[in-house]
Amino acid sequence: MNRRRQMLKVVRRTLLQAVPTVLAILILNFALLKLAPGDAADVMAAESGAATEETMAMLRRQFGLDLPVLHQFLAYVGQIASFSLGFSPRYNLPVADLIGQRLPVTLLLMVSALTIALVIGIALGTAMALNVSRWPDRILSVVSLVFYSVPGFWIGLMLIVMFSVKFGWLPSGGSESIGAGLTGVDAVIDRLRHLILPASSLALFFIAIYARLMRAAILEVTAQDFVRTARAKGISEASVVLRHILRNALLPVTTLAGMHLGGILGGAVVVETVFSWPGLGRLAFESVLRRDFNVLLGVLLLSSLLVIIANMIVDLVQAWLDPRIELR
Amino acid sequence: MASPLLDVRGLSVRFPTGSPVIDFGFHIEQGETVAVVGESGSGKSLTALAIMGLLPRRAAATGTIAFRGVDLLALPEKERRAIRGRQVAMVFQEPMTSLNPVMTVGRQIGEVLRRHEGLSSAAARARAIELLDLVRVADPHLRVDDYPHRLSGGMRQRVVIAIAVACRPSLLVADEPTTALDVTIQAQILDLLDRLRRDLAMALILITHDLGIVGQWADRVVVMYAGRKAEEASPHELLAHPVHPYTRGLLAASPRLSAGANYRQGPLEEIPGTIASAAGEPGCPFVPRCDLVQPSCRVAPPPLVELGGGRLVACPIAAVPEAVHAS
Ligand SMILES: Nc1ncnc2c1ncn2[C@@H]1O[C@H](COP(=O)(O)OP(=O)(O)O)[C@@H](O)[C@H]1O
Ligand SMILES: [Mg+2]
Repeated sequence: MNRRRQMLKVVRRTLLQAVPTVLAILILNFALLKLAPGDAADVMAAESGAATEETMAMLRRQFGLDLPVLHQFLAYVGQIASFSLGFSPRYNLPVADLIGQRLPVTLLLMVSALTIALVIGIALGTAMALNVSRWPDRILSVVSLVFYSVPGFWIGLMLIVMFSVKFGWLPSGGSESIGAGLTGVDAVIDRLRHLILPASSLALFFIAIYARLMRAAILEVTAQDFVRTARAKGISEASVVLRHILRNALLPVTTLAGMHLGGILGGAVVVETVFSWPGLGRLAFESVLRRDFNVLLGVLLLSSLLVIIANMIVDLVQAWLDPRIELR
Repeated sequence: MASPLLDVRGLSVRFPTGSPVIDFGFHIEQGETVAVVGESGSGKSLTALAIMGLLPRRAAATGTIAFRGVDLLALPEKERRAIRGRQVAMVFQEPMTSLNPVMTVGRQIGEVLRRHEGLSSAAARARAIELLDLVRVADPHLRVDDYPHRLSGGMRQRVVIAIAVACRPSLLVADEPTTALDVTIQAQILDLLDRLRRDLAMALILITHDLGIVGQWADRVVVMYAGRKAEEASPHELLAHPVHPYTRGLLAASPRLSAGANYRQGPLEEIPGTIASAAGEPGCPFVPRCDLVQPSCRVAPPPLVELGGGRLVACPIAAVPEAVHAS
């Protein structure tokens, strides 16, 4: 249909526009990293405790850190252009492999956290709006305000203290039991058990946001004329809410969730650190400390691509949900 | 004597902040058109919503609204829902916002058919196309899949009307159906409503603030002021011999009528003051704006006086015969 062709056009245009955006991001990231004091050789020397000027110069030459910055940049861009993210001397692995290992667990964490947040946030927001100014609304408003204002790492720590340390129900870190040799259903359950705490502590903040936005959106939509038209048809209150109110109130929430999908990596750094979750966030954090620029640039490049793709998905989903939006 | 199709008696609508409708009443027979006229804020919409059972939750309605002899106000919500949209339907004032923006026109019309007539979605769609044709929407088989934002205000109002008449109601409440539309389209929509009333044998409550349209479309006119009935008459009587000072003011302020009826020169007269000016006073709500105030007017609202021929006036000057034909 016409609409499908328009969607394909949007995808193609987004990908074309991504090229200059990514290039700009590369320049910016590269410049920022070069401005940071110290390089990989400094860090390695500090870790070894004793390094001579000669070994450091040798390391720099080996990593290409002795070349002029522009030279380094052009070499990096050349690398990217040939679809290589370079090599990490620290991990002794190609950066692409390293990211390939870490990306799935991070995506798992992000997508589960956002899914939990959307489902619970929408449900809570709906419950609040349908009971507006009565006690369920008041109690949930306070609860969501707490979730909203307490930092994620603290919630994570408290969850660990409660469910891992005190009750011993759930593991306190990692993404799977290492060396347990689990297979099949057991392995899946083991993964889920590891996922619950980090995904929940990442989700709580977003639950609060979605619940509050959903509540406001429902109240706004409920006051609109077309809801009265729907009621005048004599359909049940449940149909009015589901078919007319919720469908419209979901529009702002999905928009925001899409934007969060692109930006959630930032929140993942903290949660991955608290829960020693072997994902991209922690990889990025460690690469900063180690001045492992190839890895860091790779992660940043990937997350900017993630933002671009997430934005495109938001556009498409919105156009699909809201017929008033014309795809151009 | 058979009871009227709808008989509203002693209807009051109360909010915690006040009572915008007080002891209001009128009746409508099968197939009849009754116009309810009054300026903005007189309680017309609340009366319509009370008939539909769609008042805001904070509002309390008392009195009786007898539809085919059954008091709607005494019915449980479930039974009211079975009547709503099927036997009693409503058309709203704002066509631009009265339709769900994320649902196709066909599904919005079909929804009411599926609810009350249990149609499948295919059958509801086919009926929606017929209904679009009935309300004179061009290319109904194309429009049925359109979303409301693709349609003009007049087209949207036709869709709202299609929704309202989908189940062939015996009573249609039209709350200022043309106020938001261009003048040229107003006449088309009123024509459409009148034709549907005839073809579908509906009674029509036509709510308006424009006395200018009642002469052509209504069998009877009820003038409403500050939640009460000020006057009731046939349009011919009312336009030729308005009695209540408020009706006379409305007439003088109506461009088409004052020019045509009186060949008046000069500017239109405006009724001085606002409808809110007597709020909280014990007497007639029109006192602050009336130039014929009697001492009794300040004590209590004047009762409705029967003048014969079904004519009712809530004003002491109605008792003075020469006043009735003096204007
Ligand atoms: N939800 C509400 N809460 C409190 N007062 C209301 C509400 N809706 C209407 N009113 C009051 O009722 C009066 C009459 O309203 P309405 O029936 O809409 O008048 P009309 O349709 O004749 O213009 C308004 O002037 C307002 O003061
Ligand atoms: Mg109104």
